[in-house]
Amino acid sequence: MKQITVPFLVLLAKALSGATVRWVDCQPDTCQRVYFANHTSHLDALVLWASLPKPIRALTRPVAAADYWRGGPVRRYMARAFNALLIDRKKIKVHNSPIDMMLREIGDRESLIVFPEGGRNHTDEMKPFKSGLFYLAKKRPDLELVPVYIDNLNRVMPKGEFFPVPLLSCISIGAPMWLESGENKNEFLKRAQSAVLKMKDH
Amino acid sequence: MQHLIATIQENVATESTVTQPALLDFWTTVMMLSVLVGLTILLTIGQFLKRQPESNFDPAIIRNFNKRVITWLTICVLLVMSLLFNKTVTVVLFGLISLWALREFITMTPTRRGDHGTLFWLIVGFTPFQYVMVAMNYYDLYTIVIPVYASLFIPARIAFTGDHKRFLERSAKIQFGLLICVYALSHTPALLYLDLVYWDSAAQSHLPWTGKTAGLLFYFIVVVQVSDMLHFVWDRLAGKHVIAPAINSTKTWEGVIGAACCTTLFGMVIQFATPFTWYGAGFMALIISVMASSGSMTMSAIKRDRGVKDYGTLVQGHAGVLDRIDSVCFAAPIFFHATRFFLNAN
Repeated sequence: MKQITVPFLVLLAKALSGATVRWVDCQPDTCQRVYFANHTSHLDALVLWASLPKPIRALTRPVAAADYWRGGPVRRYMARAFNALLIDRKKIKVHNSPIDMMLREIGDRESLIVFPEGGRNHTDEMKPFKSGLFYLAKKRPDLELVPVYIDNLNRVMPKGEFFPVPLLSCISIGAPMWLESGENKNEFLKRAQSAVLKMKDH
Repeated sequence: MQHLIATIQENVATESTVTQPALLDFWTTVMMLSVLVGLTILLTIGQFLKRQPESNFDPAIIRNFNKRVITWLTICVLLVMSLLFNKTVTVVLFGLISLWALREFITMTPTRRGDHGTLFWLIVGFTPFQYVMVAMNYYDLYTIVIPVYASLFIPARIAFTGDHKRFLERSAKIQFGLLICVYALSHTPALLYLDLVYWDSAAQSHLPWTGKTAGLLFYFIVVVQVSDMLHFVWDRLAGKHVIAPAINSTKTWEGVIGAACCTTLFGMVIQFATPFTWYGAGFMALIISVMASSGSMTMSAIKRDRGVKDYGTLVQGHAGVLDRIDSVCFAAPIFFHATRFFLNAN
């Protein structure tokens, strides 16, 4: 079943988003990475995941909100199909940190897709990044952090709409970055955010 | 009862004779083959020039030329293949081109959050409906639905969302996109459904035309393309007076006039697949050429307003369908109505 639905979902995501993928200063690679992107639409995770080359896609798991992706059998099935790592946004506690869970899940093989803005953003300005990305980088300094800018997908399916309008979107993938030694949380998050924004104008 | 069976048999017989004759006849085939051969020759020349040292030719021009030729070869091959099936397949092909062009147009035009529902209905509603009406040959509907009903629907639908910012501008943009990408282009496959007469000079009267409308469609496409090409050549060779430097710095009056004159001659030469007389074919080619020039000027103006050079480069990697078909879009409704006005059988 999954052999049929996964290619179908990938094709559907590509057709609806008309996404062009640009690898700027970065090459597709199966090494362990964290792709972090701006978040404007429910389609973000699916489209970004679908636009990765197949061998990378098989090793990459989008991190998504459990309250949305567990709502209803279709969404639940889709989340399983593209191997999403669901995080319960309401139950984040110190002893149950989602960062630890993510790291446990990916082991030393898989990559992640995260949206550090925390929720979808429907303004033109990007929201400040949540600190999760910083702790990921701190606990696993070997992970490549890859900034991604997703353009125009918010017009394909804006917040609160049910039907998508198949316009053309663009996904720009930038140069990998790491946590610098001695860099504090705010500096790092600001640098990460500007790396994403740089892809917007690139 | 006997009578009924006889009628049914007769119906079946006419049905099969209606579907039997393919869309092609001798002259249409000649037309299609010469287009394909011509484009293949151009493609070969383009590939040859690409391998030349860069000092001889401007590589940007060669690239542009090759891109155009490849797009048009693809479209013509698809068109020939669809015509080998039947008219409906051709209509579907144009419907898909329309959808893609509309997609490019809307992507480039900033719309607001409140326009989402309107855009959704354009894509799943008006566009398919227009092409279904063309395929069913409902002339009264497909010439009216978009310019009248859609232009009323669009502002109303936007008003219901409650977002009044730049209201008129947004309505106009969406309406214009629909009009150019869908309504205008749909008149090209509509040519296939025309029932035409021709002027018989011996009989001094109009007689039913027995040629194939596929030939007419190809005549139209070829004349538009040749006009575009001649426009380009005249601009390069004799262009002095730029029409509007702020809009397009390469389009000149010499290009427009030169292309119009040469296209008229060319139209006369290839009138064999059409119901036109030689002067009729020349006149049609003249109209097509003028409309094609207007089309690319208009699209340049829109692109300049939006600050992009090609619709294709807006989103990298896409072919930029709208860049290729802008002149077809502008010429199609005028050519369709002129042909229908002069030579309609009914």
